[in-house]
Amino acid sequence: MNTEGPQRWEFTLYVAGMTPAAKRALSNITRIGSALLTDRFTVDVVDLRLQPELAERDQIFAVPTLIRRLPPGACKLIGDLSDTQRVMRALDLEPLS
Amino acid sequence: MTDQGTAPTPSGTLRKCPTGISGLDEITYGGLPWGRPTLLCGTPGCGKTVLAMEFIVRGVEEYGEPGIFVSFEESASSLVDNFRPMGFDLEGLVRQERLKLAYISVPQGEIVEAGDYSLDGFLIQLEQGIKQVGAKRVALDSLDSLFTHLSDTRLMRSEIARLFDWLREKGVTTVVTGERGKEDLTRYGFEEYLSDCVLLLDHRISEQISKRRLRVVKYRGSAHSADEFPFLVGSRGISVFPITSVQMEDEIGSERVGTGVSDIDDMFGGEGFYRGSTILVSGKAGTGKSSLSAAFVDAACRRGESALYLALEESSGQVLRNMRSVGIDLQHWVDEGLLGVRAFRPTLRGLEEHLVSIIQAIDERRPSCIAIDPITNFVTVGNSDEVGGMLTRLLGHVKGLGITLFLTALTPVSGSVEETDTSVSSTVDSWIALEQILDGTQRRRRIYIVKSRGMRHAHDIREFIMSSQGLSVRPLPVSAPVIREAEDSRGSPAA
Repeated sequence: MNTEGPQRWEFTLYVAGMTPAAKRALSNITRIGSALLTDRFTVDVVDLRLQPELAERDQIFAVPTLIRRLPPGACKLIGDLSDTQRVMRALDLEPLS
Repeated sequence: MTDQGTAPTPSGTLRKCPTGISGLDEITYGGLPWGRPTLLCGTPGCGKTVLAMEFIVRGVEEYGEPGIFVSFEESASSLVDNFRPMGFDLEGLVRQERLKLAYISVPQGEIVEAGDYSLDGFLIQLEQGIKQVGAKRVALDSLDSLFTHLSDTRLMRSEIARLFDWLREKGVTTVVTGERGKEDLTRYGFEEYLSDCVLLLDHRISEQISKRRLRVVKYRGSAHSADEFPFLVGSRGISVFPITSVQMEDEIGSERVGTGVSDIDDMFGGEGFYRGSTILVSGKAGTGKSSLSAAFVDAACRRGESALYLALEESSGQVLRNMRSVGIDLQHWVDEGLLGVRAFRPTLRGLEEHLVSIIQAIDERRPSCIAIDPITNFVTVGNSDEVGGMLTRLLGHVKGLGITLFLTALTPVSGSVEETDTSVSSTVDSWIALEQILDGTQRRRRIYIVKSRGMRHAHDIREFIMSSQGLSVRPLPVSAPVIREAEDSRGSPAA
């Protein structure tokens, strides 16, 4: 996928309370996004402790879970997103050359 | 992990959660550990999902305990469809908010693991589900499906341990299913240590006959039977057959039921059989076994009781027709709904399925008396051990229900009347033998009681008469030489 276009990227990060892993996940996706997508991305954080009904609706069994809403095409990552290479590959993000 | 779980209740015994599954509560002495996780493990197709679902459904329907069934494999609609033939109205229970079906889909390849995670999302879903219906019972089917798509085994282990602790803390009685591993009970070899109780299910096919076995491998804080018990997955759920059932030790009451022939009642102390006992009639072809069976169910219907006649040799039409020739009209009992006549052809299906269909017929009708004619026809479909095992299980079920069971056994042409292939003779309470001898040019029938537990009964051989007026018994004309003849006739094909 070409990341040069005006395409906007939207992510939802599901957490269960702002645990250390949740904080790491948020900072990791913000870091990766900032580096590769500059300001063309947003991250919504959903705290399942506050909205528990969303766990079933959005089929979240692990936390943190990151879902890419845009560009479309199901993509679900679980974990604190500390494995940068994996995150980039899964999200179809190419490193800056 | 704290082990407060094994703390006994004030009464000194572990609180148990009855499953309502036929036979399972007997072998676990009351059910599964209440408020704790039980692991159900076994090979694919062994019946884990059915057992787990039945535990939940019976909890809702029979014990007023709402439940949640979490599947990692099947969607709610597929569960609804799959359990409908078993008579489980999952949709209805969901509508009444007494049951929750949750589907946690872990699609292969669509989930990428990138760093440490926890199963809190699942726990939140589970907690929500428990709250929604007020669940007291939980089934998780199966943990392996969750494992399969996740590669971090170390992390999964600690998360599963946390899940089990969480379930214990919630105080819900949980059944967790798991695939059996190659060497260990479970694929990952640790779930059994986290569970308070472990049931192992096994499904084997031998001589084209499907056999299922269940064993309680572990039960923290409780005695349990170490034996393997046969079980069936019938169209109404699971039945476990505790061969040495507590129920079989139940004393038969002192109430008596007529044999259907007043002369034979006389042979049994004038009152007939004990209600709830098992009676065997053995004899060669044409000695009158079916007629006695018919007289027995006829007598039950005359008393206004429900009866079941299981014909393993003839069609139900034939049975009804033949009995008219000895003055027994069973048709009107069928018309009145008191009598059920079912014909089975043991050669067409496996033994296990036969047992299931017989048990279904019994459960539908709830008869007070059952005749099975002849039980020896099962021998044609399996070896003697299997038939013996199956009959013991059937007898256990029937005795547990307090039904009086009348069995006939066909003696081979060259065999003795006291020689039955079915190994059932040792478990019956009363045993009648029928013989046919050639007296000059006339065939005469004889009847005697081989044994009858706990009652005064006739010890002599009498003449048994079948005519269009009915069945009757009278003393033999001469007594002394007759006994010799009777003994001589054993093993003689001319008898």
